[in-house]
Amino acid sequence: MTSAPNGIPAPDIERFSPLHQAHVAAGASFTDFAGWQMPVRYSSDLAEHHAVRNAAGLFDLSHMAEILVDGPDAGAYLDYALAGKLSVIELGQAKYSLLLAESGGIIDDLVVYRLGDTTFLVVANAGNRLAAVDALVARVGNFTASVVDQSDDYALIAVQGPNARAILAATAGIEDLGTDLNFMKYYRITDAAFRGQSLLIARTGYTGEDGFELYLAPAKARELWDALLVAGADQGLVPAGLASRDTLRLEAGMPLYGHELSLMTFPAQAGLGRVVNLNKENDFVGRAASEAGPAAGASVLVGLMSTGKRAGRADYEIFSSPDAATSDGVITSGALSPTLGYPIAMAYVAPHLAALGTEVYVNVRSTRIAATVTALPFYKRVK
Amino acid sequence: MTDTSKLQYTAEHEWVLVEGSIATVGITAYAAEKLGDVVFVELPDVGSTVTGGTVVGEIESTKSVGELFAPVNGTVTATNDQVVESPELVNSDPFGAGWLIKVEFESLPAMLSLAEYSALTGE
Repeated sequence: MTSAPNGIPAPDIERFSPLHQAHVAAGASFTDFAGWQMPVRYSSDLAEHHAVRNAAGLFDLSHMAEILVDGPDAGAYLDYALAGKLSVIELGQAKYSLLLAESGGIIDDLVVYRLGDTTFLVVANAGNRLAAVDALVARVGNFTASVVDQSDDYALIAVQGPNARAILAATAGIEDLGTDLNFMKYYRITDAAFRGQSLLIARTGYTGEDGFELYLAPAKARELWDALLVAGADQGLVPAGLASRDTLRLEAGMPLYGHELSLMTFPAQAGLGRVVNLNKENDFVGRAASEAGPAAGASVLVGLMSTGKRAGRADYEIFSSPDAATSDGVITSGALSPTLGYPIAMAYVAPHLAALGTEVYVNVRSTRIAATVTALPFYKRVK
Repeated sequence: MTDTSKLQYTAEHEWVLVEGSIATVGITAYAAEKLGDVVFVELPDVGSTVTGGTVVGEIESTKSVGELFAPVNGTVTATNDQVVESPELVNSDPFGAGWLIKVEFESLPAMLSLAEYSALTGE
């Protein structure tokens, strides 16, 4: 890996995960994702998807961004810089939030963990790392807080599926857990160690299943990856790539930046209005625009389902009838749902088409296929 | 097992088995692997006329949609109902049970040998 003198990687140089050789050894096919060569699949998208729903999948998320916020004003600063009220989250608690622009649009969606009285870890999307770091640094102003991009100091491994907890419990080398796994609630994080190296274990994920995300320095990431596979060998654990990750999160109704979320999207359009805390007394970036809300008639995010097997995909247009001349919406993510067996999609549609049960027509490569507006998520795990 | 050296190939990653005036067409293992898990196959109607080099069907995977090109001019004499029922046959047996269409032709254009196709894919 090379980088420009100021430490920012040159955009046309591919980055590799610390786990790259593990993926090569496992026979992965790779794709470019946010400038990183990441595994798209190891064996079959469908097999990996089903493994996560029925047993467990192992994901390499080392390309994601980790930004450390520290200082006496860290909480107040985050209340200003982000849409939610982060200052009141407890030690060891995680919260989903949004980084808004002044315009009210979304720069990134992210998860914030409180690691200490004055310390928070902000985890952002790989593709928005530079935009997120720039915005967060620019917003420090007079707050006594430091904002440091520590992404290169973290590898990130996720274990997702009903067997995730048992697999983690059986993994040799994971020890010194601050909170016992049996007592860790969802959206919590605890400190731990792996073979003497500091490890953070978060009960979070992006698949709609139970699962954990493991943060540690790159040096022992490969050992941890291998140890997890050994522990999971008789529990159905398989490595899973970005293809299955996408169908899993789609079934779970989770938005993906660059598809359901963008600088042009207001949280309220995406069903994320509650993530913006207008009850906060402090000013925050995007406050005025959020109070004003999106323009009248702005499109709204809905779920769509169809019969048959032909799925509407991202960028396919939506019409109110089989012969309507102008489109009233567009799909942002879509696929034939591996778990449900029918086509599902998330789409932005004109408000008058957003009621549950509305029938719309998707242009699937010049054939108009009927779809019905349905509630999100499409799939919910049995707890 | 199909003897892949007895097949001819196109630059669009199809294989063609010529028996008399009937060409059986499918996609290669290389193409199937690049597509990923095939979940839906659309084939032309039996009896329809096809023109060589044009798109006559679709092979859709979880992640993308591949086009099926007719390798010859002719008439579709059969389509594989099994593959329509079980699209995963394209992945598990692309040269055998995963065949897609049969076309009756009058003349055959030049196609690639296995060696030439392998050179194309670098495999």
